[in-house]
Amino acid sequence: MSAKVEAFTFSAENVAKAKVIVAKYPSGKHQSALLPLLDLAQRQHGGWLPRAAMDHVAAFLGLAPIRVYEVATFYTMYNLKPVGTHHVQVCTTTPCWLRGSDQVVDACRKRLGVDVGETTPDGKFTLSEVECLAACVNAPVAWIGDDFYEDLDGASMTKLLDDIAAGKQPKPGPQVKRQTSAPISGAKTLTKNS
Amino acid sequence: MPKLTIDGTELTVPAGTTVLQACEQLGIEVPRFCYHDRLQIAGNCRMCLVEMEKSPKPIASCAMPVNEGMVIRTNTPKVKKARQGVMEFLLINHPLDCPICDQGGECDLQDQAMGYGMDRSRYDEHKRAVPDKDLGPLISTHMTRCIHCTRCIRFATDIAGVEEMGALGRGEHMEIGTYVEKAITSEMSGNMIDLCPVGALNSKPYAYTARTWELVRTETIDVLDAVGSNINVQARGREVMRVLPRLNEDINEEWISDKTRFAYDGLRRGRLDQPYVRTNGKLQPASWKEALTAVAARMTSLGGHSMAAIAGDQACVESMAALKDLFRESGSPHIDCRQDGAKLDAAVRASYLFNTTIAGIEEADVCLLVGTNPRWEAALVNARLRKRYLRGGFRVFSIGPRLDLTFLVENLGSGPETLGAIAGGGHPFVETLAGAKRPMMIVGQGALARADGAAILAAAWRVAVTCRMVREGWNGFNVLHTAAARVGGLDIGFVPGAEGGLDVNGILDGATAGKIGLVYLLGADEIDMKRLGSAFVVYQGHHGDTGAHRADVILPGAAYTEKAATYVNTEGRVQQTRRVVFPPGEAREDWAIVRALGEAVGVRLPYDTVAELRHRLEAEHPHLGKRDTVPRAPWSSFGTEGRMDTAPFVSPIDDYYMTDAICRASETMAECSALFVANIQGATGTHG
Amino acid sequence: MLADSDRIFTNLYGTGDWRLAGARARGDWSGTKDLIAKGEDWIIDEMKQSGLRGRGGAGFPTGMKWSFMPKKSDGRPQFLVVNADEGEPGTCKDRDMMRHDPHKLLEGCLLAGFAMRCQAAYIYIRGELIREAEVLQAAIDEAYDAGLIGKNACGSGYDFDIFVHRGAGAYICGEEMALIESLEGKPGKPRLKPPFPAASGVWGCPTTVNNVETIAVAPAILRRGAKWFASFGRPNNTGTKVFCISGHVNAPCNVEESMSIPMRELIEKHAGGVRGGWDNLLAVIPGGSSTPLIPKSVCDTVLMDFDALRDVKSGLGTAAVIVMDKSTDLIKAIARLAKFYMHESCGQCTPCREGTGWLWRMLERMARGDAKVEEIDLLLDVANEIDGHTICALGDAAAWPIQGLIRHFRPMIEERILPKRLRPLPNAAE
Repeated sequence: MSAKVEAFTFSAENVAKAKVIVAKYPSGKHQSALLPLLDLAQRQHGGWLPRAAMDHVAAFLGLAPIRVYEVATFYTMYNLKPVGTHHVQVCTTTPCWLRGSDQVVDACRKRLGVDVGETTPDGKFTLSEVECLAACVNAPVAWIGDDFYEDLDGASMTKLLDDIAAGKQPKPGPQVKRQTSAPISGAKTLTKNS
Repeated sequence: MPKLTIDGTELTVPAGTTVLQACEQLGIEVPRFCYHDRLQIAGNCRMCLVEMEKSPKPIASCAMPVNEGMVIRTNTPKVKKARQGVMEFLLINHPLDCPICDQGGECDLQDQAMGYGMDRSRYDEHKRAVPDKDLGPLISTHMTRCIHCTRCIRFATDIAGVEEMGALGRGEHMEIGTYVEKAITSEMSGNMIDLCPVGALNSKPYAYTARTWELVRTETIDVLDAVGSNINVQARGREVMRVLPRLNEDINEEWISDKTRFAYDGLRRGRLDQPYVRTNGKLQPASWKEALTAVAARMTSLGGHSMAAIAGDQACVESMAALKDLFRESGSPHIDCRQDGAKLDAAVRASYLFNTTIAGIEEADVCLLVGTNPRWEAALVNARLRKRYLRGGFRVFSIGPRLDLTFLVENLGSGPETLGAIAGGGHPFVETLAGAKRPMMIVGQGALARADGAAILAAAWRVAVTCRMVREGWNGFNVLHTAAARVGGLDIGFVPGAEGGLDVNGILDGATAGKIGLVYLLGADEIDMKRLGSAFVVYQGHHGDTGAHRADVILPGAAYTEKAATYVNTEGRVQQTRRVVFPPGEAREDWAIVRALGEAVGVRLPYDTVAELRHRLEAEHPHLGKRDTVPRAPWSSFGTEGRMDTAPFVSPIDDYYMTDAICRASETMAECSALFVANIQGATGTHG
Repeated sequence: MLADSDRIFTNLYGTGDWRLAGARARGDWSGTKDLIAKGEDWIIDEMKQSGLRGRGGAGFPTGMKWSFMPKKSDGRPQFLVVNADEGEPGTCKDRDMMRHDPHKLLEGCLLAGFAMRCQAAYIYIRGELIREAEVLQAAIDEAYDAGLIGKNACGSGYDFDIFVHRGAGAYICGEEMALIESLEGKPGKPRLKPPFPAASGVWGCPTTVNNVETIAVAPAILRRGAKWFASFGRPNNTGTKVFCISGHVNAPCNVEESMSIPMRELIEKHAGGVRGGWDNLLAVIPGGSSTPLIPKSVCDTVLMDFDALRDVKSGLGTAAVIVMDKSTDLIKAIARLAKFYMHESCGQCTPCREGTGWLWRMLERMARGDAKVEEIDLLLDVANEIDGHTICALGDAAAWPIQGLIRHFRPMIEERILPKRLRPLPNAAE
């Protein structure tokens, strides 16, 4: 994998998307499109950014490559190494930790057979710890793909991974019976809302 | 003009002054690492914290503009404690390897730790280690020492105009680097070493060769281009160990080019340290007497009209003056200081000077480049153009090759046709200039060192007139020289005499044809030696380069670090070198060699000391007595109207790192050339 | 308890339709044109009267902030930037507003943008909130299609655009100057102030950065009146507020309540109470991770507002209440926050870059008991050396939780460190 020289150019579809993104910003301020364009490139390239992709984005926006490298190495959502098909990112910051994120991470370790920061040999799963995901009243939280899975414990995390491994699409959000961020015991407010 | 109080003293400062600058006006020293008055403000090191009334937190004085009524305190316990805290943070992950660090003895961190550091560390955790980066042959890195002040990034991005350095990663894992291992492609990169306040970026060629306190420092000037950068040459014993910039706001500010800084190893390689005389086709070591006698014998036997002299790019005014005197006394009108064949007109001083001056660039609003690559011909002139460009309201146009000069250049055409069109007033560019208040043009040797150079010079003159580049209080006509010797040579008239004197081409043609029997090369190495035919060649100079190889007699001279000599830079500014070390072996100061040769020939030059020589020169050319200023040169017409060739302009420099004998002897320059230039061109260029 | 009729975010839990039809049914976008017609000064004055203070943590008076924007343009466009980079541990309110009530935010953008003469709003949403950004974008598209924003927004004659800009994973971008840098496509390293954003913000133009909640409550304030909003909470701490209650409670939740509600009431009425009962409470972090924790004795009576929490040396912050019961290893809980701040430090300035890692390493050792008692003072000293000495508030935020821990629980740390036989004798009263 490492010996392979990666090549990258935006697909025609993504060139069109990139142009729409660039057009959001005042003229001459196209550097503002850098973050979203790197995200676009990463999505096109299987979840990570080889140097070729960064260079391509630099050329696309007419920026010096170093300005792109600075950004790509600063933000945690850019992966500069290949990741598994499913990137399992478990929050372990204090609010999640208080509600058992250690057990959730352990369940992942056990189910996937890899440690944090590693990818399963089949390339299907990468396990990461992340910082607060802003879903603290639904702690503990795991972020997989584009969705948050909430109110987890060891058992529900294992089941989630089983389902994903089996090719199923688990339902995002709370993994317990609960309406989003309302109390599990049932909402005491806004009860008349349809 | 806001008024503020600092430590109880009231003062008024111009609007826009920062608190740190205001403190400096009162002589209050504020410690700093990231702040540098020529770089954008970063405010990241936090060492310059001071107390400001009504602010609960101490403020970074480097970034805070002065406001009316501000009350600042710089000497309170709170300030001291804050700075001590910052110092402690800077040191916890610093390796403290001062005894083996080249920065030791001139390190800001070391110095300020004396004032704000503790005598012991409270940090019991593991220190951070940072992998070193490969930045090329000039800069060595020890990134564990880096304190993340980002001066190098700001210099590269803003001053040098190469966006290659950056801060990668974040938090305590942030590293300064290029991400991809690459050498910094700038002719100014060495300045990052000076800017680095710690030992993270060091000079690679200087690495571990000396300790700063062993060095003897001499303030002098550089002659490797025609800028005349002010430098501080530092030597140990008889060896130049390093070259650093010296502040001169009018010329180089506080920067120097990489050539100026790093070519010094060429000063100790390939040197001519004794006279040689060619015997039986081979150069044999000889005594001064033998060598001078051999030259004198040939000069005496040939008539004056069969002798010629060419002065090279680093010849000093004194030696050229002496040589001119000797040749005149010997009856030869064939002398020329324009070894490149440039059609410069010695009669009108304004026609060959950088009249706007280098600092004057900052006042211009439009610049037209004609046949020049300032980035390679005069890196600091280019830096000044960029500085002006960054301020905005400055457009740069060019006629000649399309080049990356680190700022936007609008190319108008490639050669004389475009120039002629502008001169004729019919080119749209003339319209562009209509609203310009301070338009300037820079004519390079690439436009003048060609057969139609005189006609191009005349066209350039017409452009200057048509576009009103010369007006009250402003002269926007500029010639950019590449040779430190050139303006001095033109100033003293080291050009063909009126009585049928031949210029450099005439001399070489004459030599080829056998009409010129003796050619005296005063450090002239960049001519086509094959055209010297069977002439008897005397080479006076310091390096065993092309001239010495062709010579019949070699008279070993002094390099610019080995003599006190006068040079006039491209602006017409008279400056002097100082002797840092003695010339090697038997080599002598150049004016004295010519003087001694005169004795041997039987021509007694009317000066016995360099002071007498200068006195005479100054009597003849009063401006040579006025050092370090640029007197205005009167404007008049120049050039010779004529047919211009259609060939495009080409810069005279095809390899920035290989322009003269010293550079060609330098291993450092050879490395740079191989890395930077060969990569671009795919092959090494020809020398000169 | 606040009446449902006085709640602004009536679809906080997403039980209703977030789309335009649903939003309109909840009263959004009604009479927006008329509000605009009342003029910029009226809007700003009303905001001032309402007493609304910024909901992103710092609590700066919103009306006053809006009044800082240049009244007359010098030719530069002006921008509203909405800070939706929610990431202060414990905080998850903006997320609900964006996914369940996006039109409140959009209408707020238009009204705030109009009042500040902005030509556009950029909503900077943290990159991880992918689905929320999708909802927001869909709502923007709906609003454009319905003529609510864009050219002649709501038929007011005023042109106003709204764009979503996604971040890419950096807590520091919630700091307004870092957010502006990030919006310009750079690493999120806070810029120095001055110049302040109202003078020179994004792309060098006058800019106001406001939190999602601040902007989203504006239409309700303008529609129902400043007096109505100001009738909740104590003076200088007015209005309703969405609280996030996480940690060791029986029913963690988000809930909109009146400002100045007693903490105990908030926890017991809405979040099912502390796990094991109120007496099982050890400490609470009352306003997101950077506010210093307060022990149970303080929690018993403290009110949830800016002034009350400031008076107990903590802060309302984002009103994210993190509850910790007696089973909590407090040193570990705070060490984990220290790790968070180390991870999120941008690295730009010295005290934060070097100090946050030092704090974390010491705390980790202390949590294991692998430290010396004198190091508690060192820890405090290092925290104090960071506090107030950095470019932005992240340094302060990293220091405060530790200062709070030592302020209230020093004996607990000493006990962890000291071998049993060296521990002080238990207090006779205990």
